[in-house]
Amino acid sequence: MKILVSVKRVIDYNVKVRVKSDQSAVDLTNVKMSMNPFCEIAVEEAIRLKEKGVASEVVAVSVGSKSCQETLRTAMALGADRAIQVEAEDGLDSLSVAKLIAKVAQEEAADLVIMGKQAIDSDNNQTGQMVAALLDYPQATFASEIVIENGEAQVTREIDGGLQTLAITLPAVVTTDLRLNEPRFASLPNIMKAKKKPLDVKTSADLGVEVGSNVSIVSVTPPPQRAGGIKVGSVAELVDKLKNEAKVVS
Amino acid sequence: MSVLIIAEHDNKSLKPATLNTVTAATQIDADVHVLVVGFECQTVVEQASQVAGVSKVLVADNAAYEHQLAENVSKLVVEIAGNYGHILAPATTTGKNTLPRVAALLNVAQLSDVIKVESADTFVRPIYAGNAIATVKTTDPVKVLTVRATGFDAAASTGGSAERQVLSQVIASDRSRFVKEQLAESDRPELTAANVIISGGRGMGNGDNFKLLEGIADKLGAAIGASRAAVDAGFVPNDLQVGQTGKTVAPDLYIAVGISGAIQHLAGMKDSKVIVAINKDEDAPIFQVADYGLVADLFDAVPELEKSL
Repeated sequence: MKILVSVKRVIDYNVKVRVKSDQSAVDLTNVKMSMNPFCEIAVEEAIRLKEKGVASEVVAVSVGSKSCQETLRTAMALGADRAIQVEAEDGLDSLSVAKLIAKVAQEEAADLVIMGKQAIDSDNNQTGQMVAALLDYPQATFASEIVIENGEAQVTREIDGGLQTLAITLPAVVTTDLRLNEPRFASLPNIMKAKKKPLDVKTSADLGVEVGSNVSIVSVTPPPQRAGGIKVGSVAELVDKLKNEAKVVS
Repeated sequence: MSVLIIAEHDNKSLKPATLNTVTAATQIDADVHVLVVGFECQTVVEQASQVAGVSKVLVADNAAYEHQLAENVSKLVVEIAGNYGHILAPATTTGKNTLPRVAALLNVAQLSDVIKVESADTFVRPIYAGNAIATVKTTDPVKVLTVRATGFDAAASTGGSAERQVLSQVIASDRSRFVKEQLAESDRPELTAANVIISGGRGMGNGDNFKLLEGIADKLGAAIGASRAAVDAGFVPNDLQVGQTGKTVAPDLYIAVGISGAIQHLAGMKDSKVIVAINKDEDAPIFQVADYGLVADLFDAVPELEKSL
């Protein structure tokens, strides 16, 4: 079976973001970019399924400008067999990305599409669900365990009250939660090998998908700053402040 | 046009996040309808009908909807979407699971985790783990959004008298099947709705030490939360996790014990009214957002705090 895994290039999760002074967006010039952490987990899961003999091929896909090829090379260094870059401007909305990935999934006849549950830049948590809807595939979001047997994926999901297990018939879409696995690091020889793996570039026109959005950004601003607090010297002083100053404890 | 809200419930009771979503909806349009999709969920329908501000409750009660699978619910919502200008759901795991599917089927965008309604087509939502706030405008014919409960007050759960309409459509999926559920049991208030939360982090050392927090939680009627580090270390179950990838909370009082305050954790709690940090590392980033910080060993400070409350 073939697995399609999507990856997104985002600002590194350790970077403290700065909003541009014209309030148009977050400033991305000269900041460290990396693979979205949830996508790393998706890649790791796909590779583990291949190592278990469940999957025969893992194809990585990313939608974005040429710089996302770097992220695809990382996915291949981790173990993906080949990669597809769908050439597009960075920052397309989820629906456009979902349409492009759905089309790639169809062309590749992927049996399973594994995606991160959300990107840490836009924080949308939408694309996987949208890909599933567009293909009319079943979905299992926020996965913390995936077991594949008899053309079915048994997926344990992280829900608000605890855990839920669903069985979905392949082909299907699964999105990953943080606890699904611990992603590996790419070794230097594997990084070198990844340079020789095939990377196709497609455009939205090649895929016959029209992209565009009716959503526009009015402004991006920094969040309200909290006023600096104080340090108290003892538990007694803390309780006193909570009772008499903040009045949150009676 | 009217606003449709997909109710958050477990077939037994309406979840509080629905009430916050009703408030968001009334800021868009006065005509607010609530859809209850489930199985043997009459008490939920009863509760939804009494919520102030709700004019109509739509009911889809069928065994096929028992676990509110996204495949079924999204198709049902799309069938009735023509009557609505906006479709809302609380930004819970259920809402996040279903609503993007609805949006894609309607070929429109979806806005996630809305914290403020500027107008019927302009909304405010956090991005980059809450480190930037985006105001976005949409011209989509149907606006589909999930609502962050902590961004809006809860609507009154009584005082309404909505009419009811039963939906007869039954949409079943043979490709997605519920297997089982393991829900964490707790007598404490629900994390996202609690007025006081006490959270533990890696500094707690192990799961048994979380018992130290229970005494304070009992005295303050607080919910217990955790940082991702504490969950990953296996100290507590993941549904206690507060942060970008867990739950977003905004209680009156948030007490962070042994939590360093990584960006991802702050994303889930920095809108709390008063933040208290107890940490032995005086350089921990949590002290930059804490109103009251106590540099102390939590194993001394927590029992002492419990005694003095």
